[in-house]
Amino acid sequence: MINSIFVWLNDQLLKMTWLERSVNNFLSQILGIDIDTLLFKSLSFFIYDVIKIFLLLAVLIFIASYIQSFFSPDRTRKILGKLKGVPANTVGALLGTVTPFCSCSSIPIFIGFTKAGLPVGVTFSFLISSPLVDLASVVLLASIFNWKIAIAYVIVGLIIAIVGGTLISIFKMDRYIEDFVKESIQNQSGKVDFDDYKMTKKERYNYAIYQVKEIISKVWLFVLIGVGIGAVIHGFIPQTWIETILGNNNPFSVFIATIIGIPMYADIFGTLPIAEALVLKGVGIGTVLAFMMAVTALSLPSMIMIKRVVKPKLFYMFVGIVTVGILIMGYLFNAFGGFLL
Amino acid sequence: MEIKVLGTGCKKCQVLESQVRRVVEALDRKDINITKVEDIKDIMSYNILSTPALVINEKVKVFGRIPSSDEITRWIKEI
Repeated sequence: MINSIFVWLNDQLLKMTWLERSVNNFLSQILGIDIDTLLFKSLSFFIYDVIKIFLLLAVLIFIASYIQSFFSPDRTRKILGKLKGVPANTVGALLGTVTPFCSCSSIPIFIGFTKAGLPVGVTFSFLISSPLVDLASVVLLASIFNWKIAIAYVIVGLIIAIVGGTLISIFKMDRYIEDFVKESIQNQSGKVDFDDYKMTKKERYNYAIYQVKEIISKVWLFVLIGVGIGAVIHGFIPQTWIETILGNNNPFSVFIATIIGIPMYADIFGTLPIAEALVLKGVGIGTVLAFMMAVTALSLPSMIMIKRVVKPKLFYMFVGIVTVGILIMGYLFNAFGGFLL
Repeated sequence: MEIKVLGTGCKKCQVLESQVRRVVEALDRKDINITKVEDIKDIMSYNILSTPALVINEKVKVFGRIPSSDEITRWIKEI
């Protein structure tokens, strides 16, 4: 009983099956497009996905931002300062998912955390998980695929962040931060001259509304492009082509997906529709997750930021660990992840 | 009075700067000097963790979010 209520809510609110039906009815009955044509499939995919993603985004960003307003970076730093070793990496990765963060703040966060005496490895656990796993993207994953895949994605994302940060600590990578960061650490104490200010309810509400506008104004184009590519894949590209390149029979599928994804700069919201279309075309779940993770965890702008505060050795180690982590994850999911679909 | 807006040039930082300028204009305070700090080393000397940030008379009032006009007005009047 409870289960069937959950399934119903899931279908109506997350998968929005009512919306898909309405879009299809509109296209077939009012516009008179034949259901079996490729044009119909592409149009239906595009309209349904765009409306669904924007509706979900607005609601999810509001909820996520409201929660985030309780987790300032300063608070995160205080919590992490009390921990050591792998627990510190684990909590760093977990807090990365809820602490408000944009890639333009990665330099201040890096320097601020390091100044407070946090090991560089812990900071990297935070920096890896932050773009990779966030509340809104997890619910969107559940909406487009299912909860099992969403949860698997979170767990794998956290593992990559924890293991990556721990390895950076083990190899004593603290040495390889840029000189100007070291100087700034020696010159001043890490204490912020700042009144710890508690936001009122109304301010949290305003902040959440502001975030919705801000994020949507930033990602809408990515989403449209993503859905557009997804629609083209969905309707026009023959399944056999995609299977040859990205299908499970090609041993390099995960590798290709990861390498294509790394330099791409898109929000996870823009990659989801592409992922959706690829899965519908029979691409393995591991390959698709590898693509999404590569796009979000490593992108040119974020790599340029990180490169400014660390020396090449640590930078390449960071990129290497994340890439290898994504590759291993992708092949494991392709081999054993069939039960998730 | 000295007001500084710290930010590397992200969009939020520009929004904060124009908001501060609007508030100061509305209060008609010609004694307030507004500067934008864009160098990362100078920004980090205030030990903030995320941008943008608002500094009034060398004291960090807020960072990581854009305060409302009311808040900014209140801070200015407090001093």
